[in-house]
Parts: sequence; structure tokens; C-alpha cells
Amino acid sequence: MAYPNDYRYTSEHEWVAPQGGQARIGITDFAQKQLGDIVFVELPAVGAELVAGQAFGTVESVKAVSEVFAPVSGKVTAVNAALAQSPELINTDPHGNAWMVAVELSDPAQAGKLMDRAAYEKFVAEEEASH
Amino acid sequence: MSENPTPAPSSTRRTALNAAHRRLGGKMVPFGGWDMPVEYSGIVPEHRAVRERAGLFDVSHMGELSVQGRDALQLVQYVTSNDAGRLSLDQAQYSGLMTAQGTFVDDMLVHKFSDNHYWLVVNASNCDKDFDYICEQNRFDAQVVNVSDGYSQLAIQGPLSVKILQPLTSVALAPIKYYWFTTGKVLGVDCIIARTGYTGEDGFELYFDPEHSERVWQGLLDAGAADGMLPCGLGARNTLRLEAGMALYGHEIDATTTPLEAGLGWITKMSKPYFLGKDVIERQAQQGVERKLIGFEMTAPGIGRDGYPVLHGGKPVGQVTSGGPAPALNKNIGMAYVPSALAVPGTGIEIQIRTRTVPARIVPLPFYKRAR
Repeated sequence: MAYPNDYRYTSEHEWVAPQGGQARIGITDFAQKQLGDIVFVELPAVGAELVAGQAFGTVESVKAVSEVFAPVSGKVTAVNAALAQSPELINTDPHGNAWMVAVELSDPAQAGKLMDRAAYEKFVAEEEASH
Repeated sequence: MSENPTPAPSSTRRTALNAAHRRLGGKMVPFGGWDMPVEYSGIVPEHRAVRERAGLFDVSHMGELSVQGRDALQLVQYVTSNDAGRLSLDQAQYSGLMTAQGTFVDDMLVHKFSDNHYWLVVNASNCDKDFDYICEQNRFDAQVVNVSDGYSQLAIQGPLSVKILQPLTSVALAPIKYYWFTTGKVLGVDCIIARTGYTGEDGFELYFDPEHSERVWQGLLDAGAADGMLPCGLGARNTLRLEAGMALYGHEIDATTTPLEAGLGWITKMSKPYFLGKDVIERQAQQGVERKLIGFEMTAPGIGRDGYPVLHGGKPVGQVTSGGPAPALNKNIGMAYVPSALAVPGTGIEIQIRTRTVPARIVPLPFYKRAR
């Protein structure tokens, strides 16, 4: 699966897709492959404040619970209701329909400091080689 | 799926099929000292394959202990809870390996080969402990031999098991009753063919010389491909046995639990002469048990997992012994010990899931029973 060019990525395998002062956030294809079949997602409520680097939710596979970390700081303006019904969307469409939250960015420049696609692909290749 | 290149640490044991699992892209994990596949294509599709069609498991890490000699039955009877004296030739029974305190050293299947020869098929992680324990308790004219290294074990489980296995053997499979076994050739390889399993489905467990492992494994996979049989790992093995309400040592049963607490009175035969722990269990039967193993299902979104606290009216009353999603039931389920007074189906409880308490309801076990 290709990593979108206009997204930015973290070393914890979250992505952020900035659009002006807003951004959507999710987890990457690499993350979903590591986790296996996703069966449950716990997300914050609209209005919650995300702090870059802090956990804001959990993604659960059959066997394990994994925290999801905020790539950027911001206020949650929307939560993807589809994930409550169909958590497996994270496995099938991690970069698109399985977005987790939309936020109003505290600092629109923050996302630009994260890994771009090329850097993330290199990072993932190194992770895969060492596993 | 890509081949898994990372080798296990050298102290970890491997079954004869380790390379085959890696070639299939199995996600390998350490389990009880063994390097085993937890999943290949995914726990959920593997689980559903077993419920709807068939799945194939490498369970060669399990232990086989042979009890032989003039007093073989006496030794087996002395250390176990069930009555092996009721077994016919070629019959097996589920049983507990008991301490003198009436608690579990392990659970296992006891197979009768002859009046002087029994097999105990035990958990991989307990095999050495069980062997040492039975030897310590052996005050009889009997010999105990750990024959585990001499056998690979595969489990084919699911409603299509007979259909898929039959063309590979001249042994008539349909007449083999549940929990009976026989010997014969499968794909030309001498096997013990037992109608047993740990999934709650129909199926067989095959025991054979490890030298033929790749041939039998691949032959079965090829034979079952057209019917949609999948290789299945330990992840699905766990979700399947949980749905079937089957105990896992170290979770529902251990050295602190008695059969009566665990709902295993049915494998505890008080009509037997003295066996280790019988007197404690008898006392408990008279006085009543203080806690009981129950099944629960979550009644609001959330997964109550192993070790999570169980509450009743906000007060902690126990903890989850095994819990997780039930892929064939589309629910989240689990088992837990609660005070006996609360152990009634319909009772509302709560599970502490990180910072929230999430409601659940006690339900009868098993969660799933196959259509017969």
C-alpha cells in the first residue's frame, strides 16, 4: 500500500493529513500490519485536547491493546463514527476511510516537522529489516 | 504474506514444522519455551475457517507422557481426578493432574492403549513439571516415560474435518466416536488418529513420527485447500477454546483452583478410590465453594481482557481469567471467578477497562456449542 505524499508521519506509525488549519489523523499501513485484525477502537470525544506525543486513544487487535499517540497538538472537531461499527476498516483502508479524528491544529507548522513520505518509507524499511 | 526471516533465540524449542510455518508467513511468537505461529492470515479469518469449514494446527509442542507397567492404571488413578478405570481400549478422557490440596498441576487427555499402557497428553509449558511430578508420586509398579520428542501432533478441526481427512486414510473416520482413537496410515504415515480437539468443533488430532511432519502437514493443507481449510495458529486456538468455554492452565485452572470452583466436577469422580486431593474436594463439596468460574459477555462496547478487575456494584469481586473478542459470535466474552452467590446467569457485573468500568452480564457456559 502506498503512503500518501501529502501526509506526515511519526515514528509511532501515526499519520497526519494537514489541510490549512485542520488535519485528519490515523495510523499507517505498517501499524495495521503489525497489529493484525483490529477489533476495537477507543477514541476521544469531540472537544478533547490532543497534545503532540501523548496517547489519545487505543487500537485493539484480538490479542493486544495499543496506544495511539497524537502526532500534533489540537482540538478534536470530529471523530470517525465508522470505526465503532467497523474497526476492521483500519486494516483495509488505514490511510483513507479509517481516519480516527479530525483536529483544529494548535500550530499549523507543527506537522511539517514530522517525517515526510520518503523519510517514513525509509524508516519503515529499517524497522522491517530489524524485525 | 512474506516469509518471516527472524530466527528465534537458540534456547527456544522448535517443532519439526518451524520452517514450514515461516515459509507460510506465520507470525512467530515465543510460547511456553517454543517458537510458534500465533497467526498466518489473521486470527479472525482462521477462527471463522474452523467454525465454518476447517483449520489445521501444529500442536507438536504438546507433551506426551507414557505410563506403562503392571500398575499403570493405579498410578494414573492416583494422580488424576477423572476415572481412567472407566476407559475402554482406544478411548480418551479429559482429566486433571492433581495436587494433594485438590488443585491442578495441569489438565490433560488420558488415552488408554491397553490395560498396562496409558498416554497423558499435557500442556507444552507443563510437560517437564508434570513428568517430574508423576515420577515423584510413582510408588507403584509402573514406569513413566516422556515420549514427547517422538511425536509430532497436528489438529484438523472444523465441520469438514472428516471430508478432508478421509481421502488420505483407509481408516473409516465417521464411525470413530468423539474422544475415541485408533491407529492407521494417513498419507502413508503411521498415525494415532484421535477424535479430540480444543476448539469445540468436530475434528481429529494426529500423532506421528516427526520425521514425516512436512509431508503430513503439506498433504493435509493441499487436501483441504479446495474446501477452504486454513493453517491456523495459537491465536485462533485460544479464541476458539474460549468460545467453547474450555479452560486454559494458568488462567481458569492452576495450583490455587479446585475442580469444583472451575466447573470441572464432571471430570472429578468421587467414586474412585483415594486420589491426590480427593479428601479436600470432598470437604469442599460438603461445605460449598466460595467462588465459581463464570462466563460473561460485555453489554457495552469494550473488551474485558485477562487480568482486568471484575466489579459488582462498584466493588471488586474478582478478575478476568481469559477474555477477548469472540469472532464467531460477534461479541466480547470472558471468564472470571466471582463469589458463588453472584455466579448466576443474568447477574450484571462491570469490568474495569483502564480508566472506565464497562457493564457486562454473566451468561451460561459454554458461549458456543456446535450443532450436532
